[in-house]
Amino acid sequence: MAKVETKTSLAKGDLRDVLREMLLIRRFEEKVEERFRAGELPGFLHVAIGQEACAVGVCRALEDGDIIASTHRAHGHTLAKGTHPNELMAELYGKAEGCSHGYGGSMHLYDVERGNMGANAVIGGGLPHVTGAALAFKMRGEPRVALAFFGDGATNIGTFHEALNLAQLWKVPAVFVLEDNHWAESTPESQHSPIRDLSDRAKAFGMKALKADGQDVEAVYKTTRQALDYARSGKGPVFVHLDCVRLHGHYIGDPQVYRDKDEARKLAETRDPITLLREKLAVSDEEFDELDAEVTEIVEASVDFAKNGTDPAPEDALKNIYA
Amino acid sequence: MPELSYREAVRDALATAMRQDDGVFILGEDIAEMGGSMGVTSGMLEEFGSERVRNTPISEMALAGAAIGAAMQGMRPVAEIMYEDFMTLAAEQVVNQAAKLRYMSGGQLTVPVVFRTQGGAGWSPGAQHAQQLEAWFVHIPGLKVVFASTPEDVRGLLWSSIYDDNPVVFFEHRTLYGIKGEVPEKIEPIPIGKARVHREGEDVTVIATGRLVHESLKAAEEAEKQGVSVEVVDPRTLQPLDEETLVASVKKTNRAVVAHEAVTRMGFGAEVASVIQYQAFDWLDAPIERVGAKFAPLPFAPVMEQFIVPHSDDVLAAIMRTVGRNGD
Repeated sequence: MAKVETKTSLAKGDLRDVLREMLLIRRFEEKVEERFRAGELPGFLHVAIGQEACAVGVCRALEDGDIIASTHRAHGHTLAKGTHPNELMAELYGKAEGCSHGYGGSMHLYDVERGNMGANAVIGGGLPHVTGAALAFKMRGEPRVALAFFGDGATNIGTFHEALNLAQLWKVPAVFVLEDNHWAESTPESQHSPIRDLSDRAKAFGMKALKADGQDVEAVYKTTRQALDYARSGKGPVFVHLDCVRLHGHYIGDPQVYRDKDEARKLAETRDPITLLREKLAVSDEEFDELDAEVTEIVEASVDFAKNGTDPAPEDALKNIYA
Repeated sequence: MPELSYREAVRDALATAMRQDDGVFILGEDIAEMGGSMGVTSGMLEEFGSERVRNTPISEMALAGAAIGAAMQGMRPVAEIMYEDFMTLAAEQVVNQAAKLRYMSGGQLTVPVVFRTQGGAGWSPGAQHAQQLEAWFVHIPGLKVVFASTPEDVRGLLWSSIYDDNPVVFFEHRTLYGIKGEVPEKIEPIPIGKARVHREGEDVTVIATGRLVHESLKAAEEAEKQGVSVEVVDPRTLQPLDEETLVASVKKTNRAVVAHEAVTRMGFGAEVASVIQYQAFDWLDAPIERVGAKFAPLPFAPVMEQFIVPHSDDVLAAIMRTVGRNGD
């Protein structure tokens, strides 16, 4: 196996860059909400506002050559894995310049060159692919890891159990990252799972399970790093349980009639990962505003890029069906 | 030319590909020590080892999905789904994932995976071990669907399926594993999308798949004795479909019978009939006849099972109806 240089911690300078990236994702998704409400974006969109530390902390820990499989709530993962905001916004506008060339949309974001094997609109749908991709790496002796994102709702579906069972049985270099935001669409965890600690599900397969506060980007990074090192060393897959919060609804436009109105407000005040990191780094208002202006400009530019993009020809819909 | 059974022909395609290409491997339930529930992969564990002949848990979603994931990373996996009936368990991965990944990614992904499976009645397993579900999969853009009926075809088509860059659902028929036939010395790839004319004839074309190819050949011999000359064509690939060969045959004979073991209603034969009536309408001298299973689940009792699925007599009766005779 080739030697892989391992990063052990995020240096302070890096953390400012992390803050910038998390803020970029936040502003990007707020813009997506705004443009959807303005009627500019077709389709069915889900934002991950509140979960930026998971996307950024996990993806920063990956090495070149590692791959991810994402979920229906994929904008943050996609940006964190390196897709340019222009390409992502263009996809949401259904343009040929989009990261899936207009064939995918918000729930089907791909960037294969950058190791993003795709978002998935079927809950748990990408988990067996991660087991299989990791198997390919193992069979070829490549020091690569395949990593899956999924939510707590996915831990009830068959593909989750089958994919984890097979991954552990075959000891493949996979990492399964649970973003536990405690909601499966409108259904709270208390109504969808009979157990309180979802790590127990991984442990039942004999899988190593790690936990971290999903709102603390440094903790997410370090824990993911540990999981990746373990998987890469050939010891088998790892389950990473990130306790996180979904500050907005399941989809854009969700009136959240199922949720106590104070809950999200309190979480926003106490558990916003961007605020937490900003406080940790003691970033001044001035510095923060500067960062904010910088990322806002990138987001605005992505909207301009997307609006000026090329509409696919209708008959392009008949391409890419077969290789 | 050497002679191989249909079973040996499948194995030969798998083993030859695995000998020449490290990216090809097989996975499925009971395929290693046991050699698969149909004995197709018998002996392969000894030659290739457990890394490349991978026994899986009874876990169709994971084994189909893992094959897809490995294919996305450049391998050429062949997944065995023990019974066609269990394709329903793998269906999410085959239909929503494998078939659409290339499309949804705007052409970025390639998924060169084969799902081998088998089915077929005639041994009274009841309703959950012998269905013919090819119609489910020909309906899905993004999948290729193959159903071979002879040792030569099954070997050459499996070879082409393994090296095709698209997901292929590859149907085998249980009752054909033991049949023998001559095959070329070296594997000759058979192009996906090419039909085979098994028997030339003048009066009626029978388009048949799987076991019904053999039943139709029997019926054709009987018809010959009664003065009716029958052409038998096996599409071999159901998607893409070699419309040209099928239509050309019907334009020659002016009559068509479509025969498969699957339930007639909404079956693959309905699409074939539609293709023929549209492209050869002016050439048709009789309504297109369809032969298939009656609209019922497969029953257990042998007499009931035999009543439900079609046989050569049913094909013969359909042939005779197209020439205006009652088949007596």
